[in-house]
Amino acid sequence: MSERMGLWRRFLGLPNTDPRKAFGVTFLVALVCALVVSSASVLLKPVQDAHVERERQARLAAMVAALPAMRELMEEAGVDALETRLVVLETGDYETATDPAGFDPVAAAKDPATSIALPPEADPAGLKRIATVAPVHLLERDGRLALVVLPVSGVGYQSLIRAYLALEPDLVTIAALTIVEQGETPGLGARIEEPDWQALWTGRRIAEEAGRILIRVVQTPAKEPYEVDGISGATRTGAGVGNMLAFWLGAHGFGPFLERLKREGS
Amino acid sequence: MATFLDRLTRPLIDENPVTLQILGICSALAVTTTLATALTMAAALTVVLCLSGLFISLIRRHIPHSVRLIVQITIIASLVIVIDGLLRAYAFEMSRRLSVFVGLIVTNCLVLGRAESFAMKNPVLPTLADAFGNGLGYSLVLIVVGTLRELLGAGTLLGRPVVATVAEGGWFEPLALMQRAPAAFFILGLLVWAIRALRRSQAEAPDYRLEAAEEER
Repeated sequence: MSERMGLWRRFLGLPNTDPRKAFGVTFLVALVCALVVSSASVLLKPVQDAHVERERQARLAAMVAALPAMRELMEEAGVDALETRLVVLETGDYETATDPAGFDPVAAAKDPATSIALPPEADPAGLKRIATVAPVHLLERDGRLALVVLPVSGVGYQSLIRAYLALEPDLVTIAALTIVEQGETPGLGARIEEPDWQALWTGRRIAEEAGRILIRVVQTPAKEPYEVDGISGATRTGAGVGNMLAFWLGAHGFGPFLERLKREGS
Repeated sequence: MATFLDRLTRPLIDENPVTLQILGICSALAVTTTLATALTMAAALTVVLCLSGLFISLIRRHIPHSVRLIVQITIIASLVIVIDGLLRAYAFEMSRRLSVFVGLIVTNCLVLGRAESFAMKNPVLPTLADAFGNGLGYSLVLIVVGTLRELLGAGTLLGRPVVATVAEGGWFEPLALMQRAPAAFFILGLLVWAIRALRRSQAEAPDYRLEAAEEER
């Protein structure tokens, strides 16, 4: 012990011009700082996540409430929130064994047992891994579908973007898009959070008649029903939002589920 | 004791880091649209300034000259990350409104400036006084700018209505310009002008003078 103290004292006694001292001091400061930062981030994470989760639910509720006639519809149906169900993405069937309330999509996407790796060519949203099961939020009235809300996520310019996409009962027309989480450049990409931009999505179509998913964000003025104007200076954020929707509406995302709903509906 | 008080009060006006040294104005412009964000930012910066001063002053004798900036920035950045995390955990709404600007305290020249010019050379207590004084000086400017911008730009203070705006049936037409970045420049410029007019010693000598012959041409 005393020997170790002696070593420590010798180290402190080194002249400041000694390179060993420069390396040692830098290393020790970095080590202590790294310990402080990582323990603070681990300790604070649950509290921060609770806020993010509350915010996400508030935005989902706000989005539904902002849809025309949706409030009345929900009052008539006697519900104050959408019904949440779990969908097996590959088959599009409902997963009934798990309670949707206890399902954690983020944890499920990390666990190898409940997730699959995406090959790069099938991963336009840059997610790398997704859970095999995903929650959907539904509003039904007299046994008929009134609204489907799909949680989607994807990588934008510099952050993971999470959003809710609400589809009309025809499953082609977008009722609303709400961005619930993003960390894009403030003033540029972060403007995807602005209501004015999100309002552009309402009434757009996700696919052409033949059913091919075409929805995208364009920097030139939007001409087609499946195009949405991008934000100047946020080309890659816009492309990220477009890719995210293309992925989640496609075969690896909610594609099979939407197909099944369409078959059952007709 | 006199020097202690002096260290604490001098940065308020006589050596104000923002109006005299024009340091840290990026955040002073960005977060002063409302008084509440200005106050939070001022508190965050003061805490970072004091703690970074404390730690740097504690180990100042063992920081080799060649790596001092690395060591200082490491300490400052760690403090900022922790403060930012705390805000996101316990003041979620506020941290959303401040967005990146708490994180940008790392690059605030004011913090590094005090670390380099004072904390590296002085014992802990004077360093704390100096850091706290500078934090207060920065806070003072932010509070003045934030108050003016919120009052003139929205007719409110800390979110509470002070004057009735036209939209609410009153007489006050909010100045939309006040909520934009240029307004902060204007207010800051006027503030610098006012202080330098009252304290002539702060006025800088002009860098260049036109010669008479050149003026005529």
